[in-house]
Amino acid sequence: MFIDSFKSFPFKALQRLRGKWVLGIILIVVAVVILCAMWPNLATYALDSAIRWGTPLLLATMGEIYAERSGVLNLGIEGMMLGGALAGFAATLWTGNLLVAVVLSAIVGGLMSLIHAFLSISMRANQIVSGLALTIFGAGLTGVLGMRFVGVPLPEGLTPISIPMLNAIPVIGPLFNNNALVYLSLALALLLWFVLFKTRTGISIRAVGENPAAADALGVNIYKTRYLCVFLGGVLAGIGGAFLPLGILFSWRENITAGLGWVAIALTIFAMWSPSRAIFASYLFGAIYGLAYRLQPYVASNILNMLPYFLTIIILILGTMETTRKRMGAPSALGVPYDRGEK
Amino acid sequence: MRIRLKIERNPTPSKLMTTSVLVLSLGATLLITAIILLTQGVDPLYAYAGIFIGAFGSWHGLSETLTKAIPLLLCGLGLTVAFRANFWNIGAEGQLLLGAFAATGVALFLPVQGLYLIPLMIMAGFFAGAAWGVITAIFRGKFGANEVVTTLMMNYIAIELGKFLVTGPWRGPTQHGFPYTDVFPASAQLPIIDGTRIHYPTLILGLVVAVLLYIMMKKTRLGYEIRVIGDNPHAAKYAGMGYTRTVLFIMIISGGLAGVAGVGEVAGVNHLLRPPVQISQGYGFAAIIVAWIAMRNPLAAIASSIFMGGLLVGGDIFQTSLGLPFQTVNIFNGLILFFVIMGLVLRHYKISLVRRSG
Repeated sequence: MFIDSFKSFPFKALQRLRGKWVLGIILIVVAVVILCAMWPNLATYALDSAIRWGTPLLLATMGEIYAERSGVLNLGIEGMMLGGALAGFAATLWTGNLLVAVVLSAIVGGLMSLIHAFLSISMRANQIVSGLALTIFGAGLTGVLGMRFVGVPLPEGLTPISIPMLNAIPVIGPLFNNNALVYLSLALALLLWFVLFKTRTGISIRAVGENPAAADALGVNIYKTRYLCVFLGGVLAGIGGAFLPLGILFSWRENITAGLGWVAIALTIFAMWSPSRAIFASYLFGAIYGLAYRLQPYVASNILNMLPYFLTIIILILGTMETTRKRMGAPSALGVPYDRGEK
Repeated sequence: MRIRLKIERNPTPSKLMTTSVLVLSLGATLLITAIILLTQGVDPLYAYAGIFIGAFGSWHGLSETLTKAIPLLLCGLGLTVAFRANFWNIGAEGQLLLGAFAATGVALFLPVQGLYLIPLMIMAGFFAGAAWGVITAIFRGKFGANEVVTTLMMNYIAIELGKFLVTGPWRGPTQHGFPYTDVFPASAQLPIIDGTRIHYPTLILGLVVAVLLYIMMKKTRLGYEIRVIGDNPHAAKYAGMGYTRTVLFIMIISGGLAGVAGVGEVAGVNHLLRPPVQISQGYGFAAIIVAWIAMRNPLAAIASSIFMGGLLVGGDIFQTSLGLPFQTVNIFNGLILFFVIMGLVLRHYKISLVRRSG
């Protein structure tokens, strides 16, 4: 009886608002204009934090998009990001070579993802628990191995590379004064979008995630495709993790990702499993994440700290509602292990 | 004549098989953890012996283990039911904290005294924890929002809310500016076994609930529905079992029990509200491991919560005497989860050598 009452009141109103995205966008634009008038440099600041926090999110989200498109849900992003972050930090400290650091973080992220791939693809174990375990394991391992690095400053980090001409454009100029990983992540997003939607490989990946039995019948190697996609997810999460100590914080601390890996999982849904929409989704989250700290003088800091978590829930709900509305939900075989059966 | 491996699938594995899989999982986890400890210059045998003796080797250690097992049992029990339905409540930590906040509010700010206070606190804690969980169940039922993400986010929100309460509106005037509330009146404190910190009413409650949930899962229609929804959601839908309704019920049970665990921590152990990290040593997260080591069986959760309680008590030894961070326990936690879910699959298979001619 009381359960039925959930069906009525607030949800009807919400459902009616579903289609009115235009209204929402107009409201956001008006709000942005007012905010820009109130605080000068706000647009620059917003863009700066969009890139700063959006880049690690974009890398991790693209990886998760590929894993999920192939039908594997990987909740271990947080753990793989932590692994990549620690590997990147340690390698920079020891070798002083940032390229080595980024490559190493990619390898560590990739190797960690293989644990999940083995359990969920080969063993057909529970994917949700396996991903969760990867996150817990990553937090524990980096907590122990990274203890010696707490409080050690990084002598050098990723330095911005200016692109002449373009960096002089007003407002969006700062976009062209960033480190190599920012450009790399944007180029990758376009490349991964192209591969996923415009090539034969992309069709295979999507087929494996939607209808593995049919893809198998057509000669696609399900296991190989899934392993590669999960591995790519790990590589990108590792690089995304490395961006935190190398591009933003220039130091190591326990649990350096602070939940960003979980944000990436919500963003994957919000981006509707598309790498190009992931750019928009990640940068939007990054901008709001950064702007929230502008409210510091007015709101208690603990309340402000809740904001990213609320935002993640809201993004998840909006993303899920939108995918349901467009009837293009998650890949049909997401989370379902493939069993080829006895021959 | 050739010899080859024959793999047979056995849909109903025996109790012995399940137990041996669990023992093997534990062994493998301890082995890999030992290797990681060795790389850190820690003698694993010394560390394991230290944990075991610290947690079970003395009356004091044993009582501390049981004290920590109480919240683990209460949270873990709810999770065994939730996980059985494949509803991934990762939010026991936040639900526990909400229970603690509600109990604190009742103890300090309601004009109730005497015998009614404790039952009222437990009820308030149950409802607060349940409500915190039900929010995510509604998100799942109404919008299909993935509950792993939402329940996890609700943990962080609860932690920040707790910090806000003890540094802001609820900071005790008698605490000289420390982030604590005032101490609860005596009638709001749970009785304890003399010389220990074991608040036994909560312990007894946990044991009773374990038996009740076991019976519910085995013997009742509701338990049957939960199992069917977990094993085959499509079949459940055809049979007319309401997913949203069941998920709401599961969240009321598991959120509520976690809330009661929070009541135990403030009314039985701390007698005031502190910042969240000091109220819960990650009990809500550790309860996930408790539920899985118990193979999602409420009765087995009694044993696994005592095991996990011992690990947490022993984990303090890591921090103090071995100089390793508390995160070390999470290496063990992650690995045991890997091996347990692998074991859950492997126990269905029988591998034997067969001779074949030709």
